[in-house]
Amino acid sequence: MMRYLLPLFAFMVLAAFLLVGLTLNPRQVPSPLIDKPAPKFQLNHLHQPDQIMSSDENLGKVWMLNVWASWCVACRDEHPLLVQLARTGIVPIYGLNYKDERNTALQWLKRYGDPYAISIVDSDGKVGIDYGVYGVPETYVIDKKGIIRHKQIGPVTVDSLEKTIIPLIKELQQQA
Amino acid sequence: MVRQFNGVMKAAAFVLVLFLLIPLTGWSKEAVPVAENPEVEKRMLLLTENLRCLVCQNETIADSRADFSNDIRREIREQIKANKTDPEIIQFLVDRYGDFVLYDPPIKPTTFLLWFGPVILFVLGLGSLIVYLRRRRVQIEDVSLSQAQLEEAEALLNEDKKGKNV
Repeated sequence: MMRYLLPLFAFMVLAAFLLVGLTLNPRQVPSPLIDKPAPKFQLNHLHQPDQIMSSDENLGKVWMLNVWASWCVACRDEHPLLVQLARTGIVPIYGLNYKDERNTALQWLKRYGDPYAISIVDSDGKVGIDYGVYGVPETYVIDKKGIIRHKQIGPVTVDSLEKTIIPLIKELQQQA
Repeated sequence: MVRQFNGVMKAAAFVLVLFLLIPLTGWSKEAVPVAENPEVEKRMLLLTENLRCLVCQNETIADSRADFSNDIRREIREQIKANKTDPEIIQFLVDRYGDFVLYDPPIKPTTFLLWFGPVILFVLGLGSLIVYLRRRRVQIEDVSLSQAQLEEAEALLNEDKKGKNV
């Protein structure tokens, strides 16, 4: 009996591993920046290029940094959700316009709506490297002390907003 | 008349084709070197051969044509020019992208299974092979025939021989 059960058991263990493997997304590489201070930046505004935004301006509030580009197709998928989220006023969203051209970026925002408190420009992708960006869109939740608490790789979904991001933001806003 | 016109057209077409050939032969330049500084380039390539491109995950940053790899190569070139050491540059990337960028992950508790898993599997496999071979040897020995069975078998074989002779 054991003779026949043992291979079956081995097969079931293998199948279980493969089954778990199927549900994993190889594109979701956990970021080492979680629970680390958000990299500092000084970047020009997209709308008023002569103005500069510093990441320190946002100390003391919970905010979201959304990395996007007009050439990024998946950004279009998540964009209506960001517009909706911005309307609720739960959290200010800052847009990092990543390796884009100013004019097309401005047109894109006009066409699809502008959810961003401020849009800033990272034309050569330097700040993107600091934030470990590799697949736009990416979204970071940063707490009052300037610590990155969550990173969403790929488009934000209703599911990820309702189950993870919004509860986390509310929790972080309670903290001193 | 039409035939003459055709001839002129053909000649014109031929001349046009000749014109097309001119830039290919006349104005080809020597290939511009990719990097201004071959030493920086060499060090950059050595480094990036062991780094994974996060966009096209089974390619090294040295091989990949992705925009991401382009940016990382540029970043590494700049850091080499700024006199950063190799470990400093690797650490810079690990801080941002995690151990996943390394094709050679460091040995630490989270990677124990990765490093020692194959050894554990090998030991398990070897163990079960030894147990299996031992059991089989016992089984083979058990099957040996008794004296009476041997005689019976011999008798049967002889009978067969007789049968064939007939």
